[in-house]
Amino acid sequence: MPGPMQHGAQRKPKNAKKTFFRLAGYFKPHLPSVVTILIGLLVSAGASVAGTYLLKPIINQIEQMVQTKSTDFTLFFSYLAILAIIYAVGALTAYIVNLLIVNVSTATLEAVRVDMFTKLEKLPLRYFDSQTHGEIMSRFSNDTDALREMLSQGLPMLITSSVTIIGVLVMMLVLSPLLTALVLVVFALMLLVVQKLGKKSAFFFGKRQKLLAGVNGYIEEMIEGQREVKVFCREEAVSAEFEQKNEELRQSSTSAMTYAMMLMPIMGNLSYALYAAVAAAGAALAILGHADIGTLAAFLQYTRSFSQPLVQASQLFNGFISALAGAERIFELVDADPEVDEGRVTLVNVERDEHGQFREVGCCTNQWAWKRPVGDGFEYVELKGDVRFHDVTFRYDEKVDVLKNVNLFAKPGQKIAFVGSTGAGKTTITNLINRFYDVQMGSITYDGIDVKEIHKDDLRRSLSMVLQDTHLFTGTVRENIRYGRLDATDEEVVEAAKLANAHSFIRHLPQGYDTVLTADGANLSQGQRQLLAIARAAVANPPVLILDEATSSIDTRTEALIEKGMDRLMSGRTVFVIAHRLSTVRNSNAILVLEHGEVIERGDHADLLAQQGKYYQLYMGMFELS
Amino acid sequence: MIKKLSAYIGQYKMQALLSPILVLFEVVLEVFIPLLMGKIVDVGIPTRDFGYILRMGGLMVVMAAGALVFGAFCARVAVVASNGMSTNLRKGLFDKIESFSFKNTDHFTTPSLITRLTNDVNNIQNSFQMIIRMLARAPFMLILASVMAYRISPRLSVIIFAAIPALALVMGLLAKLAFPRFEAMLQKYDSMNARTQENLVAIRVVKAFVRGDYESVKFKDSAAALKNAQRKAEKILVLAMPIMQLTMYTSILLVLLVGGKDILAGNLMTGQLMSFISYITQILVSLMMILMVFVTLVLSSASAKRIVEVLDEVPAINDDAAISGLTVENGSIEFCNASFSYASDANNLALSNINLSIRSGETIGIIGGSGSAKSTLVQLIPRLYEVFSGEVLVGGHNVKDYKIEALRASIGMVLQKNVLFSGTIKDNLRWGNPNATDEEITAACKAAQADSFIRSFPDGYDTVLGQGGVNVSGGQKQRLCIARALVKNPRILILDDSTSAVDTATDAAIRAAFTEHHGDATTIIIAQRITSVMEADRIVVLQDGAIDGVGTHEELMNTNEIYRDVYLSQQKGVA
Repeated sequence: MPGPMQHGAQRKPKNAKKTFFRLAGYFKPHLPSVVTILIGLLVSAGASVAGTYLLKPIINQIEQMVQTKSTDFTLFFSYLAILAIIYAVGALTAYIVNLLIVNVSTATLEAVRVDMFTKLEKLPLRYFDSQTHGEIMSRFSNDTDALREMLSQGLPMLITSSVTIIGVLVMMLVLSPLLTALVLVVFALMLLVVQKLGKKSAFFFGKRQKLLAGVNGYIEEMIEGQREVKVFCREEAVSAEFEQKNEELRQSSTSAMTYAMMLMPIMGNLSYALYAAVAAAGAALAILGHADIGTLAAFLQYTRSFSQPLVQASQLFNGFISALAGAERIFELVDADPEVDEGRVTLVNVERDEHGQFREVGCCTNQWAWKRPVGDGFEYVELKGDVRFHDVTFRYDEKVDVLKNVNLFAKPGQKIAFVGSTGAGKTTITNLINRFYDVQMGSITYDGIDVKEIHKDDLRRSLSMVLQDTHLFTGTVRENIRYGRLDATDEEVVEAAKLANAHSFIRHLPQGYDTVLTADGANLSQGQRQLLAIARAAVANPPVLILDEATSSIDTRTEALIEKGMDRLMSGRTVFVIAHRLSTVRNSNAILVLEHGEVIERGDHADLLAQQGKYYQLYMGMFELS
Repeated sequence: MIKKLSAYIGQYKMQALLSPILVLFEVVLEVFIPLLMGKIVDVGIPTRDFGYILRMGGLMVVMAAGALVFGAFCARVAVVASNGMSTNLRKGLFDKIESFSFKNTDHFTTPSLITRLTNDVNNIQNSFQMIIRMLARAPFMLILASVMAYRISPRLSVIIFAAIPALALVMGLLAKLAFPRFEAMLQKYDSMNARTQENLVAIRVVKAFVRGDYESVKFKDSAAALKNAQRKAEKILVLAMPIMQLTMYTSILLVLLVGGKDILAGNLMTGQLMSFISYITQILVSLMMILMVFVTLVLSSASAKRIVEVLDEVPAINDDAAISGLTVENGSIEFCNASFSYASDANNLALSNINLSIRSGETIGIIGGSGSAKSTLVQLIPRLYEVFSGEVLVGGHNVKDYKIEALRASIGMVLQKNVLFSGTIKDNLRWGNPNATDEEITAACKAAQADSFIRSFPDGYDTVLGQGGVNVSGGQKQRLCIARALVKNPRILILDDSTSAVDTATDAAIRAAFTEHHGDATTIIIAQRITSVMEADRIVVLQDGAIDGVGTHEELMNTNEIYRDVYLSQQKGVA
């Protein structure tokens, strides 16, 4: 059950500086581009500032020509030519810079995404237990989106705006220190407004975020609990409660956004007021001979062009902060501890030489051995599928022992069954064999080797699992079966499907084996999906098989269909079965009855009935386990 | 789509209309400012008239102040309108979803509905705000500034009037080129996220088959494909800015060139030229803004589409044909030739031709394998799903004749997958009957064998549960849910496999309490354990969506093979 998600909550980054530099690390492969971009941004902002400055000589030249009644256009034309060059350089640089920004930002995003996903695949199951899918997904979607905006727009605009503001101020000083003084007064006023409004807005935004999270949490809870709402006729009550929360959100959201949205017209028109003041003051100065009209023209143009970057810079800054907070969440994922794997025993293809000794070969002998480092060399241990638990104690969190002193042995080819009620620790046992979790006390051996010494990937490759909840992937039926062994030929895929009794229904699908499954195989029935999962396990062809309630959600008729396939799949393998139908486990070599994490009885069916213990009770007491 | 969404402006229509009007005033004032500036230069400076300069300057400041007030006011009404609209929309969607039957919800899936109500509504709000402010402002500005420019110099305006359509054409072309590329990009993005989601859901499968590296390689491919698609799309948009700059710069250069000559010829004044250049900036910036708004709108149209899909969905069940005032008189239930299909397809029936008559007060057990449609059958009674053909009668009337609320109020149902809500235990228990007294609640909890464990909590009945009831165990949750159904004091009580996490002794105690305290209610128990239904008045055996047998335990043992099999498998095995 996912907890209330932080929908759109703009948390502040804990360490903005560190996150920023971490992010900057991703620019390293693009250093030449990044440097070019930085220079280019300076050039293009500079060009627009310089272009405006040229208004002064051009207007003055016109004025002078009017006064002197000259018809010599040379100087006028050359000014225009310079202006044309400056403009051309500005536009061209802007284009190149933006192209480079697209390249760098998309490549950076790709690198971040790949880092995230690659890490995701390496994380231990505990990580997935502790986070909801929504939380993880929002890093892939919301947080990367924010990062994209920041990289492709926010950051470059922030730089351009800052450069422009500084450039404009410098040029103003050059043009007329007196008028600049006037500008600075208004500028200070504008900064004050930005700050004041920003503060007000931030206060209401904080409140709004909280209410928004509340409304979104309520939406989530009620939509997830919709069946209850319907069954208990709570629609009206829920609707009324929602209306109230929604209205609260509207009010605070309106306040928050009013301040943010008013910033733009206030700043824009303050700059117009400034423009007016400058025009009047400048005209007065011109009359008094302290300025010429060209200066006034350029100066006026500058007054118009620095209020917008100022507003932009202040707004971009907020976006910047929330993008950094997103980046921080992304790096949290990237930095999470991966599954530890100190195992050095690997699984290799072998064949026997003339002395009956194992010899490692490249591939496909269908005979496997554990390659175990001994001293300087290696020894080969045949892969048989002998699994033993020695005094295993395990807990998921610090509180409760889920398994207590469990001892068990499964000889190659044996079928071992676990029965017991929910929470007794059945699934945990299988999770320990493939090292989804590691035991805290005791040990598990596989063909005599401690599983902790075995390379995790090789360990899991030697096991195959069919789980209660079947999960399929978007892709064709063939690809889904081949998921068990990527180099399986088409014939082997069909073979496996036949073994699992899936062949006939697959042939009846619109495109047979090439039918594309979507959304976890939503277009198949539960039974059909289960059959595919069994085929997938079959094609992997491992010596050990784990069936965790593999048939529990299948109706009796389909189960009968699968049963034959299952029997064929199980023959010759070590099999661990968890089932709640006692009939399924009856023919096991050993049945272990678990209760509160302890093995309370063991033996085969006949033994256990003879013991007249819990199993006998379960059996005779006619109650099914769940 | 737009019509549909704009209906949600509702009581904020005034603000939504006022916003563009206020913008118009703001723009008018803003547009006059450069003109006055030109006057200062052309009239004030040559005549050395300080008074004139002061007057004009003062007028400009007043205009700016006016524009500021209008602008700020406009921002306020736009915010009120857009927030109001999104609030209405959110409420409309929420209520719509509340009106959905299970079938509608199944169709959209729960997570998708949540995204539509949260992220998508947000997107729409932002776009709407943009429309009423920017999309009004930019065209006004464009037109008014053009008029002003024309009044200064029709000759120079030719340059602008040539530049505007040229720029508009190029921008339109770019947009046309860019949109399909952006769509392609969004598609790549969606499929990448879908794969990631699949990996999260199926992480055990990925790990069990050691496919982490394989998935990473696949992800790298799709991330690279996304990158390329994104580059392809953005490279088009990147052209927009330089083209706009080039147009603006070229226009300014031309205006300076032609204008300079005009000034020398005595047809134009310097101040007018300066005003003219200001207008060029205003015009071209407006054009740029229009383009930007369109890009945003197209990007958010996906959200609009997803929202409208929900709004357009017809609730599969309504009670328009109900007889008002009709209440459930007794707990009798009758299925007459009832069939049901999740796919509304006669060839794909989940239940076929069910005929079953249940007397008021009777206790009925239902047994059958998974997929035999036990849950589906009982969900037809409170009309959570609609029959495909045939009919279901409760209290002697077709369920369609009741107002849904009247029907469901008389039925207590405990679902297989139970949800508790955040709030106290008492709040949760009152969920079905807000007026229940403390005594009634305690009685229901005692019957559901929940009273003792609730009392063992430090805060007892006031213990606060987290979302989804995370702080109680599975068995406790089931008992709370049974108690919650009992508090309704229903005529019909349906338990859908709701004691699976409860041990047999407690299960038996719960059933005993039912008989004692709710003996007159019709009770339907779906169970896996045969002991749970053995003592029922009658037991229904379901197989593949059809009734295989009905009778008492003894009768079924004699006549029904499936029942006997199930019984034997649970008792003596199939030896």
